[in-house]
Amino acid sequence: MGRPSSTSMAMSRGLRRSLAGFTAVVLAVVYIPLLLVLVNSFNSDNTFGWPPPRFTLHWWKVAAESTGAREALFTSIQVALVATAIALVLGTLAAMGLRRTRFFGRNVVSLLIILPIALPGIVTGLAFQNGFRTILGIQLSIWTIVIAHATFCIVTVFNNVQARFQRLGTNLEQASMDLGAGRWTTFRLVTFPMLRSALLAGGLLSFGLSFDEIVVTTFTASPQDQTLPIWILQNLFRPNQAPIVNVVAAVLVLASAVPIYLAQRLSGSTAEGLTGAR
Amino acid sequence: MSLIDRRPGLRVGLLLTPPMLWLGVAYLGALAALLIASLWTQNDFTGTIERSWTLENFKTLFTVEVYRTITLRTIGIAALVTVVDAVLAFPIALYMAKVASPRMQRILVISVLTPLWASYLVKAYAWRGMLSADGPIAWVAAPFGLHTPGYGLPAVTITLAYLWLPYMILPVYAGLERLPDSLFEASADLGAGAWTTLRRVVVPMAFPAIVAGSIFTFSLSMGDYIAVKIVGGTSQLLGNVVYDNQGAANNLPFAAAVATVPIVVMLAYLAAVRRTGALENL
Repeated sequence: MGRPSSTSMAMSRGLRRSLAGFTAVVLAVVYIPLLLVLVNSFNSDNTFGWPPPRFTLHWWKVAAESTGAREALFTSIQVALVATAIALVLGTLAAMGLRRTRFFGRNVVSLLIILPIALPGIVTGLAFQNGFRTILGIQLSIWTIVIAHATFCIVTVFNNVQARFQRLGTNLEQASMDLGAGRWTTFRLVTFPMLRSALLAGGLLSFGLSFDEIVVTTFTASPQDQTLPIWILQNLFRPNQAPIVNVVAAVLVLASAVPIYLAQRLSGSTAEGLTGAR
Repeated sequence: MSLIDRRPGLRVGLLLTPPMLWLGVAYLGALAALLIASLWTQNDFTGTIERSWTLENFKTLFTVEVYRTITLRTIGIAALVTVVDAVLAFPIALYMAKVASPRMQRILVISVLTPLWASYLVKAYAWRGMLSADGPIAWVAAPFGLHTPGYGLPAVTITLAYLWLPYMILPVYAGLERLPDSLFEASADLGAGAWTTLRRVVVPMAFPAIVAGSIFTFSLSMGDYIAVKIVGGTSQLLGNVVYDNQGAANNLPFAAAVATVPIVVMLAYLAAVRRTGALENL
């Protein structure tokens, strides 16, 4: 542990200790339910009586053979990949458009980008469903899910790219243009490389957001399209499926470490980017 | 020089056109259509939507007792979840930003972020396990003659507060980290004790960040209907009314009318907090 900062010297030892204790207790409470999911995936009791009577690998074997879960996983990955690709393009364009410009509509544009996540999911979900089915007469499909997801993913890319622009300024690009590089060359050789890790962080966040989304998805998916969250929700209340759902949940808990690890490797700072917004 | 260099406005316009077509035309259009649909009505016999103007849906929403109760309950739970999260998040954020060593700070940021990446459904589901009649909470409480709160509104509040806690911790942490250390010293030099400094300097300075976090916790709670289904027992929030009406009841116009409630509440909330400068903290 490093030396306490001058700030902490201004706080009494008792206060510092209480803050540390409080933090430890709350974080423990945050992790206990997740640990419970992991432990219950080995619980031999299929109604998860506590404490577990015996431990078994049976449910993991059953879950590995569940085609429903596997197909739902692939659907989720497809939706998240396409939605992220759209969000990367639109979010970057919006951030570039708003850069160095102070026009009257600037705040309106920023608000419009935040709106899909600022409004509750039921509103966005119902608006899209009504738009697709009642107004346009389009049947719900995997594409309607993608369109809805991309809409609220734009903000994650936009936030990351905008923060990067603010931090790096315009000097490098100015220099490139002064040296005779055209607009496109400057974008390809200067702007894009300086945005790369911001785009990766934004893309990662966008993928995670889409992969996990359930509220908007329930409004924009047809009964045939099952993303993984929808599969979980539909099987949650079926007693004989519950242990399999629990294994899938345990896998997702373990998998949540992957993006954190990737972000650490990418930027060396998790705080930047991944704290963007929902 | 090409046309695009001489006309910066044209460049901005070209860049902004695709995202604005998507958000401004498609998304805003869908929202507008939703508001219009809330003024339509459902034919009770054929189940088809009749596109004639009426305020009938809103009349039902405001006069039928059960909808009024559900609206107030939803706003109440969203407010309670926000307060619980603010109270839990502030000390943690303060510890992270101003007490913990740099190494510890990194570890804590990761510990707060990791649950954010665990699936929403899994977390709600985990609380279903925690609160079940023979789950761990019942097991721990039993020797003290206590019970699990079971499934109902308290469970919904706990689960929602749990789900959205990181959305409160992170902006407050970012806000506190920006506070210069000299502020604490100045306050101490002027004779303020730790509590006075917290109350009169730190909390007011961190307030915009807390409000920024509250936008997430409040909005996410207002629109939730899944957690209620999983741990809420038979209780209902606005989200359930919206979902059930567009689905099972097949009354989309009424669902649309109910969905305008969170929109109006959120817009009012955003307008109210604009002056705190919270929107710049998002």
